[in-house]
Amino acid sequence: MTPTFINIGERTNVTGSAKFKKLIVEGNYTEALAVARQQVEAGAQIIDVNMDEGLLDSEVAMRTFLNLMAAEPDIARVPVMIDSSKWEVIEAGLKCVQGKAIVNSISMKEGVEKFKEQARACLKYGAAVVVMAFDEVGQADTAERKIEICTKAYRVLVDEVGFPPEDIIFDPNIFAVATGIDEHNNYAVDFIEGTRAIKRTLPYARVSGGVSNVSFSFRGNEPVRRAIHSVFLYHAIQAGMDMGIVNAGDLPVYDDIDAELRQAVEDVILNRPQRHNISNTEYLVDLAPKYKGEKGQVQVANLAWREGSVAERLKHALVHGITEFIEADTEEARQQADRPLHVIEGPLMAGMNVVGDLFGAGKMFLPQVVKSARVMKQSVAYLMPFMEAEKEAHVAAGGTYQAAGKVLMATVKGDVHDIGKNIVGVVLQCNNYEVIDLGVMVPADRILAEAKAHKVDMIGLSGLITPSLDEMVFVAREMQRQGFDIPLLIGGATTSKTHTAVKIEPGYVNNQVVYVLDASRAVGVVSNLLSETERDGFVADTKADYEKVRLAYGKGNSQPRSSLIEARANRFKIDFAAEPPVAPSFLGLKTFSPYDLHDLADHIDWTPFFATWELAGKFPAILEDDIVGEAARSLYADARAMLKQILDEKWFEARGVVGFWPANATPDDDIEVYSDESRETVVARFQTLRQQMKKTREGQSNTALSDFIAPHPSLPGGMPDWIGGFAVTAGHGEMEVAKAFKARGDDYNAILATALADRLAEAFAEALHARVRRELWGYASDETLSVEELIAEKYTGIRPAPGYPAQPDHTEKWTLFDLLDARERTGMELTESLAMTPPASVSGMYFAHPKAHYFGVGKIEKDQVADYARRKGWTVDEAERWLSPILNYVP
Amino acid sequence: MTRKDRIAALKQAARERILILDGSWGVMIQRRELEEADFRGERFRDHIGQMKGNNDILCLTRPDIISDLHDQYYAAGADISETNTFSATTIAQDDYHLDLQACIDINREGAKIARAKADEWTAREPHKPRFVAGSIGPLNKMLSMSSDVNDPGARLVTFDQVYQAYREQVAALYEGGVDLYLIETITDTLNCKAAIKAILDLEEEGQETLPIWISGTITDRSGRTLSGQTAEAFWNSVKHAKPFAVGFNCALGADLMRPHIAEMARVADCLVAAYPNAGLPNAMGQYDEQPHETAHELHEWAKDGIVNILGGCCGTTPDHIKHVADEVAGVTPRQIPDRPKALRLAGLEPFELS
Repeated sequence: MTPTFINIGERTNVTGSAKFKKLIVEGNYTEALAVARQQVEAGAQIIDVNMDEGLLDSEVAMRTFLNLMAAEPDIARVPVMIDSSKWEVIEAGLKCVQGKAIVNSISMKEGVEKFKEQARACLKYGAAVVVMAFDEVGQADTAERKIEICTKAYRVLVDEVGFPPEDIIFDPNIFAVATGIDEHNNYAVDFIEGTRAIKRTLPYARVSGGVSNVSFSFRGNEPVRRAIHSVFLYHAIQAGMDMGIVNAGDLPVYDDIDAELRQAVEDVILNRPQRHNISNTEYLVDLAPKYKGEKGQVQVANLAWREGSVAERLKHALVHGITEFIEADTEEARQQADRPLHVIEGPLMAGMNVVGDLFGAGKMFLPQVVKSARVMKQSVAYLMPFMEAEKEAHVAAGGTYQAAGKVLMATVKGDVHDIGKNIVGVVLQCNNYEVIDLGVMVPADRILAEAKAHKVDMIGLSGLITPSLDEMVFVAREMQRQGFDIPLLIGGATTSKTHTAVKIEPGYVNNQVVYVLDASRAVGVVSNLLSETERDGFVADTKADYEKVRLAYGKGNSQPRSSLIEARANRFKIDFAAEPPVAPSFLGLKTFSPYDLHDLADHIDWTPFFATWELAGKFPAILEDDIVGEAARSLYADARAMLKQILDEKWFEARGVVGFWPANATPDDDIEVYSDESRETVVARFQTLRQQMKKTREGQSNTALSDFIAPHPSLPGGMPDWIGGFAVTAGHGEMEVAKAFKARGDDYNAILATALADRLAEAFAEALHARVRRELWGYASDETLSVEELIAEKYTGIRPAPGYPAQPDHTEKWTLFDLLDARERTGMELTESLAMTPPASVSGMYFAHPKAHYFGVGKIEKDQVADYARRKGWTVDEAERWLSPILNYVP
Repeated sequence: MTRKDRIAALKQAARERILILDGSWGVMIQRRELEEADFRGERFRDHIGQMKGNNDILCLTRPDIISDLHDQYYAAGADISETNTFSATTIAQDDYHLDLQACIDINREGAKIARAKADEWTAREPHKPRFVAGSIGPLNKMLSMSSDVNDPGARLVTFDQVYQAYREQVAALYEGGVDLYLIETITDTLNCKAAIKAILDLEEEGQETLPIWISGTITDRSGRTLSGQTAEAFWNSVKHAKPFAVGFNCALGADLMRPHIAEMARVADCLVAAYPNAGLPNAMGQYDEQPHETAHELHEWAKDGIVNILGGCCGTTPDHIKHVADEVAGVTPRQIPDRPKALRLAGLEPFELS
């Protein structure tokens, strides 16, 4: 669905829009920006900005408007056309756009040297150019002159300036026809033929033009002007015109222009031999008032289509995007149909098919298609209550109701493209599926929360840009992690069957992931997945197909990996005899409930706090930062004030528990935890995972956390060792406080409270670790480190947490929480997806050996997964599910 | 070797193998635990304000340290080392109250220090010539982003001021003898375009043409630069520089950067370069990723044919660079794709008329 013609928004042009001019002259830039936004929303792919107005300082206006536009992502996403007859204004504009713009325009009217100079400047600013067919003699009017000037300009640009030919756009001048002057009669033909020759002989160059000029003599009669534009474009586009400054959303569809008017216009545009006893121009001038659409007449002319059958009327409304009569027509159609659904499947779908055909043939433009979809939606919305009632009546009569199905759709986080998704949504709704559309830029957690809330039957993810692929993988894994069991559909321009099969499907094994090539396949896929009879076959076929895709993809893509046996042989070796483990000062648990928050407030690491608010920079330097400093200072002041309140009024309560136990590592990467120093009764086992990337160099090991703990004293090289664990929270009260703020509509303070609770929990974990090192375990009782050194982690020993790189398996939290009796002693809980509540909580293990260090396990192989499953007492399937993010293979 | 010879050698080397850039300078300088006096030296002994933290000034006050770091990175196998001039513009150095002359001196001396080390290594290992990239970093003031939340149109600098600051830096780097320019850690494409224009203007005025390497920064998982552009839009906006290389650095570790580099590998018809951070910083702001881990990830990229130049940014050390250089030795560099000509424009998102 690539549009072949680019329509450039014309409304932000003071010479073309009286309304925009008024806004700019009055300095009402807020409203002026709204004009730009409307254009982009209406489908403009490039925005033309022109400030050439005698009352204005055009340079200042251009700079002001472009700088303001840069701050509006929904406008700034499209390229700008910097439009001015003054080079100074163009250059001022070029200094404000980070993207690649089009300069409109330069020409040879002041000679070739000036032209080359300006072209070179455009090259250095990185802009494409519109070149007017204009030289020192004047503007080109005939096809020959247009071709001659454009050819010369092309050669100068490409051969002498080194301008990329693909960045040249010619504007061969569109002049008014039907002016009454015979020499003007061929102007449209001159443009069309000139365009044809330029496109044929000047490789990669493009053609553009200001369309409204052509109908200048009919100003005051907008319906006729629009018909002229539509006919002109129809022919010019076929000749190769690529883009134009035109409001395409307003144009009538070529095929739907009244036949009499269309022929008269076409005779004028194409300068055909006259058919009547008067000239083509005179004929059109005579005809024009009939179509002017003045009161009274307009009703008759415009409403002729109301006399057709209801199906014809619905079709007309869809093709023309008219919503005015849609409810009445829909109602009439419903009364004639057996069931409301038949209206959708019948006349509405027929109308949409016509829209699709016209669009494919270049007779409708994207903005018009979007309007058609709106009509469709309104009609379907009208039918919905009737379909609901039918459902209820059916159930009341003792029937069982077979729901068509509920589909949740969203464009994933980081992506704002939704045309394709909207089309799929419309198509599904037309087939009686309920669609819950969450819109664009939807984060994974919201998608999944809404899916649960609405109990949907499947989720459809859409995305156009490449990073969306990763986000989809993430959503799929989250679905797995959260235990979803519904199909997942993947669609959008950059998605592919290969990506779906290789990257997404392996991460979500509870149910089927299906790649949907385009909107036309959506209904088939959804109905198959929801059909009792078809589902199993469809899923089996899809699975087999994706397996094949993965095999094809995997070929020649293997890298050297270590088997688990090899990796264990290359473990990280510690000479425990040389550096023996230190016994903790006590064994068992110690509870801090509550822990004094005042002690923690001084240990807050503020840098991540600012990061939470997307203020980048290190504390305290961030407070003096040129750009964010002021915002940071204000936030910091608020945070300090709230922190004081938190402490004074005891909003939160911090609780924690620490434990130390005799422990030894086993040869198969477990850490056994014993009831006492006899080391005979195993009370728990920490399972650890081992790196399997190939380590070839001397001194490189395949590390697992168990390497940091000594083997059992009964084994060679073994001796007594210990492990610690902790779980801390500063979040009791956090959710209540946040909720209270939210209830008052104060989201700012709600977020502030939550962020502070997080910081306090982190500070708690840090403070506790320091006490563990110095006194509670006491292996570094002489440690004296400054706060800076602490933040730089210059201390001995580590505190890795389950779910982080050194132990990616979240389920170890179960073991940890059980050993620590954490639920009882701290009031912390684990959700089914192993998230800790309250949210401001931290937990982990303590390793005290000086050689212990942080590392990432990376991807693991099937042999380790099987071994891990055996150790955990899981099936291999279960293990693959929990470990899916780190699997180096497709299960 | 003349500069022309060196540029030819650089281009030849890029055809034959994956080139290696050096790693982080910040971490390495931090490890020296320098004092205020080291930063000030004799020249800035009585200069107002604090100088500690201004790493670029060390080109003038502790050239021995800078020279040693180039030496360490070349020894680790880097083909290209960057001058220690990341912030040496009048706009960025205004924080330290340094004037134009000081900025010119930093750039010129920074280039000379690197030049001398590079030449020394090239003489020692003529089969592996070493190159110097003039580091042109971002500014703390941006042209596309408002400086005032209440006024989205507000800017603290003009294009002309940014242009002028970069122009002075480029001229001094050139004079000091760099082989190529590296416009890096680009957060705002418009600032970068001002730097490009400065280089192109100087060349039009007669300065010898040097290769340009443009390295943007995708700041988070949204996949956009700080000023909001996607990877392809960024490429469309800078390709008029006819870069020798383009790519990304900083902000992300290799795993998160990969999709953006892969995207660049698809769209760019020049060399693609990447120098990620050593993973993401941990809660303490430190980088945990070990040299072999970085090397492992980057080796994957190399094997998959998506890069021509690799190096390291924040948190990487000569050890990281050595591991990367060893891992990718012998791997065929990415083939530059032959993309059909088309009108390609950009706002925050790319536009293509094909």
